[in-house]
Amino acid sequence: MTESKLTYKRPPRWAACFAAAALLTPAVVVAEEVRIGFISTFTGAQAMLGAELLDGFKLGLAKSDGKLGGQPTTIVTGDDQAKPDIGRQLAEKMISKDKVQIITGVNFTNVLLGMSKPVLDSGTLLVSLNPGPPSLAGKGCNPHFFSVSYQNDGVAEAMGEYFNRKGIKDVYLLAPNYPAGKDLMTGFKRFYKGEIKKEVYTQFEQLDYAAEIASIRAEKPKAVFYFYPGSLGINFLRQYTDAGLKSEIPLYGPSFSLDQTIFAASGDTPLGAYATTFWTESLQNTQNQEFVAAFEKAYGRLPSAYAAQAYDGARLLDAAIKETNGKVDNADLLAQAIKKANFASVRGSFKFNNNNFPIHDYYITRVEKDSKGRTVMKPLEKVLSNHSDAYAKDCLMQAQAAAPK
Amino acid sequence: MSAVFSDPIMSSTLMSRIAGFRPTQRRIAICTFVGFALVPVFAAILGEPFYVRMCTRIMILALAALSLDLILGYGGMVSFGHSAFVGLGAYAVGVLSFHAAGGDYPLSGWLGVFATQSALVAWPIAILASSIAALLIGLVALRTSGLYFLMITLAFAQMLYFFFVSIDLYGGLDGMQMSGPSTLPYLNLGDRNTFFYVVFVILVAAYLFTKRLVASRFGMLIRGAKENEHRLQCIGFNTFPYRLVCFVIAGALAGLAGALLANNEQFVSPADMTWGKSGEFMAMVILGGTCSLVGPIIGAIIYVLLEYWLGNLTTHWQMLFGPALIIAVMFGKRGFIGLISKENT
Amino acid sequence: MNANLLVEQTLNGFQLGVMLFLMASGLTLVLGIMNFVNLTHGSFYMFGAFFTAALFKLTGSLAVAIPGALLGVAALAAAFEATLFRKLYTRDHLDQVLCTVGLIYFCNEFVRFAWGPSPLRAEVPLFLRGSVQLFFDITYPTLRLAIIMVGLVVAAFLYWLIERTKLGMLIRAGAADRVMVRALGANINFLYTFVFAIGAALAGLAGILSGPIYAVQAGMGDNVLILTLVVIVIGGVGSVKGALIGAVLVGLLDTFGRALLPTSISDLGIYVLMAGILAINPRGLFQIHGAKK
Repeated sequence: MTESKLTYKRPPRWAACFAAAALLTPAVVVAEEVRIGFISTFTGAQAMLGAELLDGFKLGLAKSDGKLGGQPTTIVTGDDQAKPDIGRQLAEKMISKDKVQIITGVNFTNVLLGMSKPVLDSGTLLVSLNPGPPSLAGKGCNPHFFSVSYQNDGVAEAMGEYFNRKGIKDVYLLAPNYPAGKDLMTGFKRFYKGEIKKEVYTQFEQLDYAAEIASIRAEKPKAVFYFYPGSLGINFLRQYTDAGLKSEIPLYGPSFSLDQTIFAASGDTPLGAYATTFWTESLQNTQNQEFVAAFEKAYGRLPSAYAAQAYDGARLLDAAIKETNGKVDNADLLAQAIKKANFASVRGSFKFNNNNFPIHDYYITRVEKDSKGRTVMKPLEKVLSNHSDAYAKDCLMQAQAAAPK
Repeated sequence: MSAVFSDPIMSSTLMSRIAGFRPTQRRIAICTFVGFALVPVFAAILGEPFYVRMCTRIMILALAALSLDLILGYGGMVSFGHSAFVGLGAYAVGVLSFHAAGGDYPLSGWLGVFATQSALVAWPIAILASSIAALLIGLVALRTSGLYFLMITLAFAQMLYFFFVSIDLYGGLDGMQMSGPSTLPYLNLGDRNTFFYVVFVILVAAYLFTKRLVASRFGMLIRGAKENEHRLQCIGFNTFPYRLVCFVIAGALAGLAGALLANNEQFVSPADMTWGKSGEFMAMVILGGTCSLVGPIIGAIIYVLLEYWLGNLTTHWQMLFGPALIIAVMFGKRGFIGLISKENT
Repeated sequence: MNANLLVEQTLNGFQLGVMLFLMASGLTLVLGIMNFVNLTHGSFYMFGAFFTAALFKLTGSLAVAIPGALLGVAALAAAFEATLFRKLYTRDHLDQVLCTVGLIYFCNEFVRFAWGPSPLRAEVPLFLRGSVQLFFDITYPTLRLAIIMVGLVVAAFLYWLIERTKLGMLIRAGAADRVMVRALGANINFLYTFVFAIGAALAGLAGILSGPIYAVQAGMGDNVLILTLVVIVIGGVGSVKGALIGAVLVGLLDTFGRALLPTSISDLGIYVLMAGILAINPRGLFQIHGAKK
């Protein structure tokens, strides 16, 4: 066999110089400028969620002319690819190289948890626009961590309460087999007093629910309470409707199972289902109406709760930074200002609990078409007022008096 | 001397293969290790401590890729389940740390030895765990070959993945945080520079160990089995136990990499043991150059840097990364090492 | 479990099996005849669904969109084969795996780039929506029933093609001993391209059929691919009969596993089955004797 002879090629000298130059360029840092590290999932199966969060956040920023608290603001974005180790690496890079004061935008709980220790240990603020895991709400609470969105169990607790109110005697539970799914069902069971016919957890990436739907048909429960976010929800609704069960056994879900990201690809299948939520695009308050109109104008679609959470996050930061008079580099001061939550939320009443998780209202809504023929969550009644989560008592931090709304 | 190595026939004799070392590969290895050793120095000069942690991660992944090259490059066992061993090692350390933190789940009695932050206990346990897994998996898988071996290693890796996903106590899909770094006497592994050099020493030791291994009689048998197992069996060697031992050694090294990974990330999750991660290790081995041991180390550097730089470039970086991988495989001629070393691997 | 539930779950298992069979039949032939590990097979599945959605948006007619999409996928596959894959036949499996994985990355991101990250709605003709009343008062979704029937038709077609035609003879011979077939002078390039295109079209068909059940989105082929590989390994590489039996086995096991067992065990089910079968028969159930690996 002839072997081809390759001459030994040393990498060219200019490459080394180039590399050195690239490494040596320091981050240009302007004092008192607000630098936000926005790490979310922009590629992969759930890429639309990262896009939704960023859209909402940017809209919130645009309301104060691209500034937060009157200070010039830069957003450094990064794609965590739904992987905790990439997320952590990005967070470290943004903290040490880009010198961000706040890390936000994370979409998945496991990515958030993967980066929480390094971020919080470094004294940087971590503001969650989406996940609200119990571990950070209870004993693991931290003065530099805030969840602007919710605590995971909340929407399910509200549904449990609503079921009691309506006297729904039994229910079939469905969720994906991951901690958020289990948290939600735990929350539901914490409040619900009726009978649970069956509690089924499906494989996280499973998209075909034929077996589970057949099982539901055989069990004949009075209602189905299911948690399937994103494309899982789209699939489940479609298959459940095709199986002819929707008229027989009504569907109930937290807002994540029935929101705008799902409506867009679901046609008529979600209509008639009930959802509990802390926010809907049909909530009638000034901030919300302004937000929804602006979002539609900017992006050509109705916002989902993700966008609303991110928008609230931006407005919250704007108010907090204004209170610190622009002293963003003092993390403790900024954290205290954030805790005061002195801003007008699109969901109406909002304040932070002692564990830095929201205290807000929960509504029961029905999925219907609005006057313009778009699928929306129409609020029916308030189920829980100023509801705080079940883990706050385990958190050793003190509550702070918030400004009245 | 150079005349000998530039002669194609001489250079491809069994002699130089047995020797294992090729001057240019050795030069590459030395350059790489010196480069690594100087990273904290440069990072300190530039005031960018972030690079230390990033390069620690590169070295840990390099260790895992190195162990994969042992079975894949030298042994011809293309395994799609290698990340399971890494993950298992990581979880071993994580679980021990979880129980060491006490709280609601202390372990009583003789089980108490399993609640520890000490690296001297946790890391050997991690290596042991992944070795045992490799032994059990190898016993079944090594009876197959080719695509079947690929799939069966994948199957076992998936089983381990779903097993850890289903354990709520250790976080399930969310994973769990380490309560702190492993402890060693006299060394603070929480300090990133100290940890960097500990990983560095381990990587160099692993490299030297595997180099000796492939150059030994054992290594010769493994490589012979890759070339033509039937022939070896006709000569009278029972290749199965040798290949099994090789598989276990690779699993052990991967487990060690996992233990180090848990320390670096301060976090373990099932995401560490997906088949996608196994594919990443494979890519590192190929990009760097199979059957060279220094190749996977270079491959790890290339892969992580590509992932980092391309990710910064555009959201649609995978549209660039895919073709880059294809080009590297099609034209790479056995990877980076094949490109720059004097002879083909 | 009552009788109705049993029947419904069996039908579900068959439906999943049929879908996997469509994917596996093409891939097992490609693997058996060309010794080519084509992981891009999952991307053909994805393109089938996306092309249909795009063509439907253009023409408003499924009767045009579906055949058009199938042709599109076959053409795309032929193009990939002629340019890239042909060079990989002689390389070892590892290189093939990595190249096709690189292609998966590219295809997924391309789809996201062209169609956006949100899932698309697949259009279902009116007569396939809702459910039908079957025997014993069982209600079953019409679409799933249609999929089972399509699968049976395809299985029959493949049977006829492989067992009863000259081309089929070449295919079987190629799967058993490709070197010999070349030595005997058959037009191997045409055979390769044909098998490849048919395999890709079948994958595309699986994607088109799945679109209405699972959402149409980038990356939809990745998980199906793993299941497909499991089916092929269980059935034996190169054997279409093995692919059918393997697919039905996996479909039934997965469905009943999910219905009867807690998720932590049912997740593992098919992998345990595969490991078990390989432990007994290291080359799958219907190994093609004499196949060179």
